[in-house]
Formats: sequence, C-alpha cells, structure tokens
Amino acid sequence: MSLLFNGRAGDNTTRRVGFFQRVFMGGINHLRQALASLGELWRSPLATFMTIGVLGLSITLPSTLYLMVKNTEKVTAGWEQAGEISLYLQSGTTEQQANQLLLAVSLMTSKIDSARLIAPDIALEEFEALSGLGDSLAYLDKNPLPFVLLITPKPQYLQPEPAKRLLQELEQQSVVDFGKLDIEWLEKLYAIVSIAKDIVWIVAILLCVSVVLIIGNTIRLNILSQREEIAVMKLVGATDNFIRFPFLYTGFWYGFLGGLLAWMLVAFLLWWIQSGVENLAGLYQAEFTISGLDMQALGVILLISISLGLIGSLISVQKHIKEIEPS
Amino acid sequence: MIKFDRVSKTYPGGQQALQQVDFHIEPGEMAFLTGHSGAGKSTILKLISLMARPSVGNVLINGHNLNDIKLSQVPYIRRDIGMIFQSHQLLMDKTVFDNVALPLVIEGYSRKQIQKRVSAALDMVGLLHKIQQLPQALSGGEQQRVGIARAVVNRPPLLLADEPTGNLDPKLSMEIMRLFEDFNQAGVCVFVATHDLGLIARMKYRTLTIKQGRMIDDGLNDQNDPLSTLSDLQDPNLPPMTKLPPKYTL
Repeated sequence: MSLLFNGRAGDNTTRRVGFFQRVFMGGINHLRQALASLGELWRSPLATFMTIGVLGLSITLPSTLYLMVKNTEKVTAGWEQAGEISLYLQSGTTEQQANQLLLAVSLMTSKIDSARLIAPDIALEEFEALSGLGDSLAYLDKNPLPFVLLITPKPQYLQPEPAKRLLQELEQQSVVDFGKLDIEWLEKLYAIVSIAKDIVWIVAILLCVSVVLIIGNTIRLNILSQREEIAVMKLVGATDNFIRFPFLYTGFWYGFLGGLLAWMLVAFLLWWIQSGVENLAGLYQAEFTISGLDMQALGVILLISISLGLIGSLISVQKHIKEIEPS
Repeated sequence: MIKFDRVSKTYPGGQQALQQVDFHIEPGEMAFLTGHSGAGKSTILKLISLMARPSVGNVLINGHNLNDIKLSQVPYIRRDIGMIFQSHQLLMDKTVFDNVALPLVIEGYSRKQIQKRVSAALDMVGLLHKIQQLPQALSGGEQQRVGIARAVVNRPPLLLADEPTGNLDPKLSMEIMRLFEDFNQAGVCVFVATHDLGLIARMKYRTLTIKQGRMIDDGLNDQNDPLSTLSDLQDPNLPPMTKLPPKYTL
C-alpha cells in the first residue's frame, strides 16, 4: 500500500495472492512472532524465570485459597444432619400420642424429608452404650428420657432462617415440649465460610492487580531496552501494531507460563495438605479427598493468568511504544 | 518529487532551524544538499521523512502535502522513502540478511520474495557473500552499504541520505556515490545531504546550499561553480583535493 505513489502498490507481490493465502500468511506470521517472543524469553532464562516465579506464586495463593473454600463448602454440603430437628415430647406422653404426632409430622411432606421416633428405652440403651455411664444409670428408678422425634427437613429448609421457621411451626404441635436445632453452630459455620470467601476474593483481586503491574513493568523494561531497535523499525516503516505484537506475545507467554507454574504449585500444595486432611477426616470416621484441581481448574487458571499477562503488556505497550520515535 | 513551499521550522525552545525554505526536486533527479553542521540539512531530511513536522509552510512529495498525513499513516509514507544515515542505524544483534529484510518483513512479503529481493539488494552493493554475518564483523564502509541495501530493498521511488559518507575515506565515499548514481539511473530520485564538498565537486549534480536555515543557492543557477559559492563553507578537516588519487577526479 502506497499513499504517495499510485502505481507502486502493484509492486508488492503480496497483493497478487488470494485472500485465504493472505490470511494464512498472516497466521503464519503471528505464529512466527509468538515463537520468536518465546525464544526471546528463553535467551534470558534467569530474568524470565524470576518473572514467571513471581507470577506463579501470586496466582498460586488465591487459587489454593479458592480450592480450600470450595472444598469446605463441599464438606458442609455433606452435613445435612446438621439441620436435623430434634423434637422432645412432654414427659408422660403415651406411645400412642407419640405415634400420632409422628404420623402428623410425616404428612408434612412438602417440608419434611423423613421423621423417626425414638422411644425412651431405646434412647436409654443408646445413652448407656455411648456415654459410658452404664453403671450409674442403673441407680435411676425410672427412665428420665422423653420420646424424641428426629426430623430431617427438606434441603430447602436446611438454611438457618427457614430451618428456624420450621422449628417454630413444629413446636406448635401438641405434646411437644421443645425442639432443638443446632442453628447457631450452622450460622457460625456459614458466616466463617462467607468471610473466608470474601478474603479469598480480596486476596485474589489484590494479587491479580499486582500481576498486571509486574507484567506491565517487565514489558516496559523490555521495550526500553529495545529502544534503538524500535526506532529503526519505525524508520523503515513499521506500524505501531507491528512493533506491538511481539511484546503482547511476551505478555501472553508470561501469563501462560506463570499460570502453568501456579497450577503445578497448587497441585503440590494440595498433595502436601492431603495427608493432614486425611488424618483429620480419619478422626471423624470419614473419608475425604481434596478435589477441584482438574482440567477445568487448569483451564480457568491459565485463562486468568493469560488475560492478566495480556492486560499488563497492553497497558505498557500502549503507553511506551508511542513515545519512541526515531530522531 | 520533493517540493518545499516556504517552510519554516522552529524547534521547541525557540531554536529556528529553517526559515522560508523553498525548493523543488524533479522526479528522477539526483541532488545534493550541503551546508555547515547545524545549517538545517538534517531538518530538511527529517521534514521529508516525517520525523518532524514544519512549523509553517508545506512539504509535498509527489504532489501530496505531508501536512495532511495522519500520524497513523506515517509508517506507510516511510515505506516509500529509502533512508540512509551516517550512523547507518543497523540492528547489531541481527544478521545482515535480517537487517536488509526488515522493510520487507514489515510490509508482509512472503519468505520466498524476501529471500530473492534481499539477495538482489546485497548483490547490488557487493555484499552477497556477507549475508549471514553480523554487522559488527563488517567494516564501516560495508556497514554503510548494508544500510543502503536496506534502503533500496523495497525499491522506493525516493532515496534520502544523511551524511552517508561521513565516516568513510574518499575512496569508499566515491564508491557509495557511484551506487547512488546507479540507483538514480534506474529512475530513483536521490537526495543526499553532505558537507563533503570535495565529493560534490567531483560529481556534476545539482547542489542546494543552506546556510543558517536559509536556502542561499538552490543549484538551478548552472554557471556557478559550486566550489566558488561554497568556498566559505569549506571544512578545514577535509583533505585537500590535490592529494586524492587522480582516478577519482573528474
């Protein structure tokens, strides 16, 4: 393309090739530039490794925290019985009355998943077995335990607020002395998880901003160190875009490699924590494996880190390439 | 081809580099621009290559006013102008091939085309055998010729040279000038800024003289011997002409 000399455009033989070949050549050119940028990074391994290390560590922290919160949520989701409601019936309730209540409660199928009646003598046996007070219980002249109705609400009534309303409704029933729901414990847990989530977000945002700044600054130094080369390229007619792309690719590679490093670090950290978690789960007679670090997580981490790399380099490139002019 | 229409240039800080400069160089012409250091030679070349913009007046290339050229169009203008510098502006960490190929890579030529044209350009300046070397391994004259190959590789209709022989001895300078003559004979408009009066005197081409930012001679007055009008500009560092080998004296 020549602005000054009309006849000159035909001189450039690329105009004679077809549209698809031109697109193809453009793609090849970009691939070449991308690989050239990677080669440029390879040529100064120490500086590259340090930059990638900073990025990797910065992305590792929020990723790990995020996975921890996700897993905590998974654990608490498994604790449905935490929302179990215990209805203690008045002492002196007959078995017939208790069974009537069980029937009445079981009919509230829209709110209740299942209900189970525990008779006083069965409860006493259980208590003897679990508490280790068997001998002393023998001194009681009569069973002090009331009938207990164990109710598992539907999942939508497991949240603290709906569970509380359901409990109040159930307490209205006849022969019910009082009901119990470990709502405070649940509320505390939810509150802690939500604070943890907020902290993860804050940490993630702060570290992402710092990643953008780090990449921006690194690219700025790259640009300044190639000042003369950029000036020469502008002298022989390079557009800003032509000069820009290699630096954008550098940002892309920083993001990609940093993300990859972060993923490996997270995998390592989770592997490290796993044995401790297994130990803890073992104490609760449960089995638990930290999950979430799958291909999808790798994709998300890479997507985020590459975007950060591109944003950082874009900011730097926009500002600094314009400033360099041949003189 | 190049037309200056009452062009003045004042640099930030108030330094007046050019005052009311008027001249016109025809297509296919070869011309020299001479004057002391600081007289405004480089400023004129910078205005043509859009490295600077005039404060007042118009610069036209091939009838197009450069004042109408937007910043984003500047690279395309530079592709039409081959530029050669005293400091040759080569990329020292790239091979001769990569240096010469740069304008073609920028314009998106195919690999095959680049190969062909770079070889042709280097052949023209007699450096085909050094194609894979780094510029550091070359002598000053060879580096300058690589710069020339880069300037002509995309066959621009206009060639600008700013002190192309500044660091070279008279023999090499003459070789460079012969190259310019060859390009000129191929139809390229060549415009050379130099203070090497001895060199100009040996080549009978139009010579424009600038002094303290004013055009004192636009070279169209044929009967004037350039040396006589320029005697006050003679650089004392230049070797006297009588010491030159006779074969370079025209």
